[in-house]
Amino acid sequence: MYVYNDFDEAFVRERVAQFRGQVARRIDGSLTEDEFKPLRLMNGLYLQLHAYMLRVAVPYGTLNSAQMTQLAHLADTYDKGYGHFTTRQNIQYNWPDLRDVPDMLSDLADVGMHAIQTSGNTIRNVTADHFAGAAKGEIEDPRPVAELLRQWSTDHPEFQSLPRKFKIAVTGCEADRAVIRAHDIGLRVVRNGEGEIGYEVIVGGGLGRTPMVGKVLRTFLPKADLLPYCEAIVSVYNLLGRRDNKYKARIKITLHENGLEKIQDLVESRFEQIAPLFGGVDQELLAEIEHSFAAPAFVSKSVDGYEAARLANPAFRSWSDTNLAEHRADGYAIVSISIKKHGATPGDATSDQMRVMAELAARFGHDELRISHEQNVILPHVHKSDLPEIYAALRAADLATANIGLISDIIACPGMDYCALATARSIPVAQQIATRFDELKLEHDVGPLKIKISGCINACGHHHVGHIGILGLDRAGVENYQITLGGDGTQTTTIGERAGPGFGADDIVPAIERLVLGYLDLRSDSSETFLQAYRRLGAEPFKNILYPEKAQKNAA
Amino acid sequence: MPRAFTPKVITANALLEGDAIWFTQDDTWSRDIAEAEFITDEAHADIRLLEARADQSLVAGVYLAEAKLSDNGPAPTHFREAFRTRGPSNYAHGKQEA
Ligand code: SF4
Repeated sequence: MYVYNDFDEAFVRERVAQFRGQVARRIDGSLTEDEFKPLRLMNGLYLQLHAYMLRVAVPYGTLNSAQMTQLAHLADTYDKGYGHFTTRQNIQYNWPDLRDVPDMLSDLADVGMHAIQTSGNTIRNVTADHFAGAAKGEIEDPRPVAELLRQWSTDHPEFQSLPRKFKIAVTGCEADRAVIRAHDIGLRVVRNGEGEIGYEVIVGGGLGRTPMVGKVLRTFLPKADLLPYCEAIVSVYNLLGRRDNKYKARIKITLHENGLEKIQDLVESRFEQIAPLFGGVDQELLAEIEHSFAAPAFVSKSVDGYEAARLANPAFRSWSDTNLAEHRADGYAIVSISIKKHGATPGDATSDQMRVMAELAARFGHDELRISHEQNVILPHVHKSDLPEIYAALRAADLATANIGLISDIIACPGMDYCALATARSIPVAQQIATRFDELKLEHDVGPLKIKISGCINACGHHHVGHIGILGLDRAGVENYQITLGGDGTQTTTIGERAGPGFGADDIVPAIERLVLGYLDLRSDSSETFLQAYRRLGAEPFKNILYPEKAQKNAA
Repeated sequence: MPRAFTPKVITANALLEGDAIWFTQDDTWSRDIAEAEFITDEAHADIRLLEARADQSLVAGVYLAEAKLSDNGPAPTHFREAFRTRGPSNYAHGKQEA
């Protein structure tokens, strides 16, 4: 893992000291709120419905155990004993007191973390495949490049006031677990005909008010060109992006209004201009960074104990069937720890749970943890022989829910329980759906199904790419929930289609139940997933299930 | 025709704790909406908003919110403002905790 060098350390410390001064000046009245607001946002501090919220970056979703332990310490010392992991692989604290925030940032700096550029019209935290470095079939670990991008974009003088926020995601696999096609820039490691490593560069994806799937700007960009090429894209956007209308300011609109070809031409000529100026220094830096991401020394040992435990313990078997993914090394597994216990708030972990996960990473997982955009925590490198012990520890900490990828593994943004921009709540809807399907004991039968919920059109809950998406709206002063169907956030990214009129807060969970039970009747056999059935049959039969009265009228 | 003025209260977040507060008749800030000044006149609302914004050393984000009169005093009409008087629905945190 990357460890801060002296420069990083000094830079982050200086920012903490500056912010400490700014907070003091706000409290003594020398700064007005209008003056202070942009300063606090630059440091990840929001003001929400009930309190401040501090958003801490977890770069490319990677943490070591000391960092996770420190996050637990922050939750206990300055918050209410828990933290909320978000779809951008960040962690948010919902209850800090303004006076404590400089100390929180200072404690974060102690473990090489910060909250810089987690807000504002800047390049935000670079996200990555949460299985990076561990996934079977990966061409190359994308995190060194993500770290290079983090260093380049942090405090980049040219890109501190872009037309709008700018998000970059990377993956080293064909399988997309980072939703790269819904980012301003999506990067995928590829190999060309000569076997050289490079990147497919995708631009202009995004969710929100105008959801769009990103377009390929370059099918193969040589690895050494990555940084100048990204700089060329962002600088073209910085000039061309609209500043007159916030809703038309993202690069997806710039691309849409100017056309792919024009953007391509501008980026290529800007690239030619600036590439020579980099002079290879980025490549030297990258080589150093790559060194710190070297794979752990995997060992070969027997997995008999694991197999025996699977036979002996049905609960362990069920968990290992659902929560493990294939690792690139023999005898190893990737463990997804569900932070989605039925009825709990998606993405919330208590400080005790954070410490348990940190300890497991230190003891069994080469000291690595990941935060997934699906709001779960990953132990990327675990030997299978250690799984029975890990499972027992997770169980004791209420972290052994066997539901990864199933209907109760719901993404939900904070919604109107916290967020000042929300138009409706999303957490209670997620809680109720998970609780209901747990009562029905149906979720393993239903199989892979992604429900994603946002509390407003900004779509932090990725509802557009949920197999079932739910968008909370305010309809004449009442919460109302709109359903979208058939969305997909993987390598076959698709924006879901609106099913019809929204449902009231009391009707949304029954509507989802009706939809999912209806799917069980529609599927060709138990191996056909919800998404496959939807793609085979089209929207109509699913709409008929959601709106039976309308279906009857049409049939009459 | 301009829309008829509907009753309001003035609200904000406390500077240090960040929680919801309401502007009272005595130019103070209360943590209880029932103690807020109930404003039924548009011109008066404009003046009071200016006054509430004049000193922001203790508060942030001052705005007018819809309100109605209940037995206890002013009360929220919209669910967003109602949540601000209580706290989130997933934990008993915020004002409902006290
Ligand atoms: S989608 Fe809307 S409600 Fe949800 S966190 Fe984002 S801005 Fe807030």
